[in-house]
Amino acid sequence: MNRMEMLNEELIFTILDYLHEDEDPLALKSFSLTCKSFCTLESRHRRSAKLLCPDLLAAVLRRYNRLSHLDLSLCPRVDDALLTTLTLSSFLSSLRSLKLTRCRFVTRLGMADLRPNLVELDLSNATELTDSAASAISRAKNLRKLWLVRCKLVSDMAIGCIAVGCSELRSISLKWCLRVTDLGVGLLALKCTQLRYLDLSYVPITEKCLNSVLQLAYLEDLILVGCLGIDDDGLASLKESCGTMRTLDLSNCQNISHIGLSNMTRGAGYLHQLTLSYGAAVGTHLYPAFFNLCFSCFLKLTVTVDVVKCLQNFSMLQCLKLDGCDVTSSALKMIGNWCGSLRELSLIKCSGVTDEGISAIAKRHTGLRKLGITCCRKITSFAIDCVTRSCTSLTCLKMEACSLVSKEAFSLIGHRCQFLEELDVTDDDLDDQGLKYISRCSRLFSLKLGICLNITDEGLIHVGMHCSRLKELDLYRAMRVTDVGISAVAQGCGILESINMAYCDKITDASLISLSKCGKLKALEMRGCPRITSVGLAAIAAGCRQLAILDIKKCHKIDNSGMIPLPQYSQNLKQINLSYCSVTDVGLLALASISRLQNMTILHLCGLSPNGLAAALLACGGLKKVKLHTSFKALLHPSLLEHMESRGCVFQWRDKPFQPQATPCAGGGFVQKRTSNVIEQV
Amino acid sequence: MAKGKTHGKTLKPRNSNMDLKQSLSSEDWSRPSTFGNELQQNSSLSNQPFAAFSSEQQQKWNDPSILDYSMRTDTSFPKFTQASENSQLLTGNASTQTKVTNQQEGQMNQMLDDGRIQDWDPKAMLNNLSFLEQKIHQLQELVHMIVGQRGQVPGCQSGLVSQQQQLITADLTSIIVQLISTAGSLLPSVKHSLFATNPSAAQLNGVLFTSAPAANTGMMSQNSGVQVQQCVADVKSLEQSNQMDPTGDPGTELYCSAMEEDHEMKDDDDGKEEEHLPPGSYEILQLEKEEILAPHTHFCTICGKGFKRDANLRMHMRGHGDEYKTPAALAKPNKESSSEQVLLKRYSCPFVGCKRNKEHKKFQPLKTILCVKNHYKRTHCDKSYICSRCHTKKFSVIADLKTHEKHCGRDKWLCSCGTTFSRKDKLFGHIALFQGHTPAIPMEDNKGTSGTSSNPAENSEATNKAANVEFSFGSNAADGNGIQSLIDVKGNVEDPYFSLLNYDCSLSGLQDFSQASFDDSSSSFSFLISGEKNGMQSIPNDID
Repeated sequence: MNRMEMLNEELIFTILDYLHEDEDPLALKSFSLTCKSFCTLESRHRRSAKLLCPDLLAAVLRRYNRLSHLDLSLCPRVDDALLTTLTLSSFLSSLRSLKLTRCRFVTRLGMADLRPNLVELDLSNATELTDSAASAISRAKNLRKLWLVRCKLVSDMAIGCIAVGCSELRSISLKWCLRVTDLGVGLLALKCTQLRYLDLSYVPITEKCLNSVLQLAYLEDLILVGCLGIDDDGLASLKESCGTMRTLDLSNCQNISHIGLSNMTRGAGYLHQLTLSYGAAVGTHLYPAFFNLCFSCFLKLTVTVDVVKCLQNFSMLQCLKLDGCDVTSSALKMIGNWCGSLRELSLIKCSGVTDEGISAIAKRHTGLRKLGITCCRKITSFAIDCVTRSCTSLTCLKMEACSLVSKEAFSLIGHRCQFLEELDVTDDDLDDQGLKYISRCSRLFSLKLGICLNITDEGLIHVGMHCSRLKELDLYRAMRVTDVGISAVAQGCGILESINMAYCDKITDASLISLSKCGKLKALEMRGCPRITSVGLAAIAAGCRQLAILDIKKCHKIDNSGMIPLPQYSQNLKQINLSYCSVTDVGLLALASISRLQNMTILHLCGLSPNGLAAALLACGGLKKVKLHTSFKALLHPSLLEHMESRGCVFQWRDKPFQPQATPCAGGGFVQKRTSNVIEQV
Repeated sequence: MAKGKTHGKTLKPRNSNMDLKQSLSSEDWSRPSTFGNELQQNSSLSNQPFAAFSSEQQQKWNDPSILDYSMRTDTSFPKFTQASENSQLLTGNASTQTKVTNQQEGQMNQMLDDGRIQDWDPKAMLNNLSFLEQKIHQLQELVHMIVGQRGQVPGCQSGLVSQQQQLITADLTSIIVQLISTAGSLLPSVKHSLFATNPSAAQLNGVLFTSAPAANTGMMSQNSGVQVQQCVADVKSLEQSNQMDPTGDPGTELYCSAMEEDHEMKDDDDGKEEEHLPPGSYEILQLEKEEILAPHTHFCTICGKGFKRDANLRMHMRGHGDEYKTPAALAKPNKESSSEQVLLKRYSCPFVGCKRNKEHKKFQPLKTILCVKNHYKRTHCDKSYICSRCHTKKFSVIADLKTHEKHCGRDKWLCSCGTTFSRKDKLFGHIALFQGHTPAIPMEDNKGTSGTSSNPAENSEATNKAANVEFSFGSNAADGNGIQSLIDVKGNVEDPYFSLLNYDCSLSGLQDFSQASFDDSSSSFSFLISGEKNGMQSIPNDID
């Protein structure tokens, strides 16, 4: 303590810089709780804040007067009054970045109060943001970055205002702004000459505005996913495009073929990344110096030799994504012969990917870091052999559902790919022996073993022994796994953050008790594990204080007693799925006291009464999304629903039929619902 | 009798190019070979025809003949008359006749076209004529046979009758077509000889034609008014005739004022995409003012009821008897059933000096009848429809008013500078052009706006003002033009007989005929005035 006082402010700030909130949200908190001077230091140090509850805004602003980044996206309700407090706060002169995602209640009034010195503004998902409100953005003359994703009411008029007002804009995303047309985008490109990043995905634009867009002198990233209005004919009239372009994403642009593409990229000498997924046929005339090429999601893309010929020119291309395309074997060979050096290749869901193609690529592109061959069903062990032999620096291998790959291939992976960090072998023919070899990749932090029906505890023990860096483990429907395996993993992988044990029906409370030692666990999914009881859940709650996502759907044995410890320990819980559990009103009310809880799915809860539900909903102030069965819609008082909605909560009504389980406690919910229906009718 | 006779002749091109007419001489007309060169004189050219026209107007509407009629020199073509007699006997079906007419017209145009190129060959002509004779005889026999059958079997099957009818119609068609083609081959030679030899033809011609209707009033009653002038547009001939015109053309004086008006003319009559048809590649029709302004263009020959569309008329005709219910009678008269190329039809505005008038040096034809109507109403008529919203904009075509009212006061695209635009892209173009201008968004939630917003009220006021100014300016301009055009018209109507007639501006196109010509009614030519309805019907079905 005394020694700490000897440090000057700058040094302490440097130390504080290392306390990242993402890694341990409580670190800074405990620091500031140490003493008054630390508290002051911390408040002077903090630059960014993420608010969960809007009521605290005033207090936060008072305490942290040097905030430059403010994130209000987690607040269920951001309204004009809140923004006014923000503006009126005299302390907040340094605010540069404001995130207002999903603010549905902000009108012109609130927007008009925005500080003109803002540099970044995120208004994504503000689906009710009107033109007049959005036009107020134009007052922020220094705005560099503006996100307007899914602002569906915003039209050309507002975009025109913004274009004129915020001439310093560097990045703008208009994704899903369905009312924006060529006129708005054209004006934007004309007035904001500094634009570097432009996302026009799913905007109903045509090629008319592209001419001015491509004349932007500094444009680097152009995202045009799903722009169906753009076609070859239109692109034919394009003038030479800007040479600074590094990324071009034309995924889902089904009306663009290689002809249009060549027109668009003419002169784009520094293109790093091109995404053309799920689009039309891409042909020959691609132009040089693409670094990243993503062809993903071109719906009917046939990658032929022609296509690949054009890739020849992109000697600097680093990333090639051809997801969902029809790739011919000869085309793959062409990629193999190509002079550039790929770092990332994605052939996910490409038909026509063969062993020869992959081996040709692997031989040439030895520097490959990431390879995606998910659903390339013709791939056999031969391809894996080639890849692992040549590309020794592979860090990410996604080979889900490559069913022809034999067990031996996994030993090759384990032997040769020492740098592997991510491995997805979901639905492959993997057994314990294979898993043993894979576990030699000690750098693994993500391992997906879903639907690997042959793996047992034995394999998992190897994983637990060697993969100490594992953060994410997916055991979805790995049905032979039992408590022993889970315990081994829990013991060996201390920094595990996410584990999926869904439908591993042999799992019991013992697994959870061992997992409770993983203090960093954030996401726990164990739906359909009928043997788990409240005891296990209580252990998790007590041990994993950072738990944010919990899915206990169809864990029939979990009841109210499992819920009660959750608010006590897991104050970080954000999302929970309680469907089919034996939780009743009491348990739900207990949950409601978790102030961070935002997302609840409550379907087919046996003992839940409308009143209990209403009480829980009212008590849980931070709720943003609640999934309920349709039958409750009539049972809950309309004014309650109104109130909840005005607080920023969205109800999603589901009408799924009850799926009866072997466990008998299931039927009650329906009976009760039926009786309550009768009561209401009377 | 008259019906049949005219039936054939209808199809003839009435080379009503004024100047051409003027340059034709009576001598030419007296020759049988001028058959194809018959020129149609408009009834409204003279006092007398007009009187006749108006007195018989009612009659005309009721006139049962739906056919095109034109002037005929009875004596010059006995054979043809014979054929016509036959046709008269056989064709009871008005609509089929019309169809034939249309066909023939098309073919005839073709012939005409061809004829212009070729030189006249008397031998070929003779061959043609003898061929025609044969054909007509064949037809005659056929008809005789049918008549005989009918006499024997009174309850003849309608199917058989219609078959016979069709057969005869087809035969007749071919005869007529050939006849016209024969006649058509004469056309160019006649024209050239005329121009070359007889510069004073215009005067004579005027005399001939203007007097003709008076002499033929009886005929007119049957043949319902001249309203359509058909002519083969040949700019060469036009220019030639212009040069030769001995009496200075008042039309050229009008010219300038009309040009001014032209700026005002709107889209569809102005023809956004100007056609650049080579002169002579189309046929020019000119309707009269009354025709243009008539509320109905198709009239029931039995009860006189008027219709805007010929299809409606056909529907109506069903009530008058079973003969109108046949598929043939109900069918839309298709203009070009033959595969032969049909000469395009273009229209001329009757207002002399108008750019759309065929005498204008830079004549631009109107495409359809509808264009003519709209053009004429917009350019040469009062704007009597006033917008009920702004009370300033006036229109002469009611559709224009409706279009305007749809947008009047609404959908105004505002700029922050107060300028309003009717279209969004215009606004954005403006904003792109000027530094600092922004789109002004209508304030749907004004109530809550704080002081920081840039005075939306003032803003909108300003824009409203601007809008008003714009409006009033526009309307002033329109008014001014309207007045101007009125004055112009009056200025032109100095010719005494116009004031007598109390006909306004639309007639000014006919001024170049001197008063004297009307007085002279001595003419050996019978003059046929084409029926108004027929004029309409012979025009391709633009309106349908």
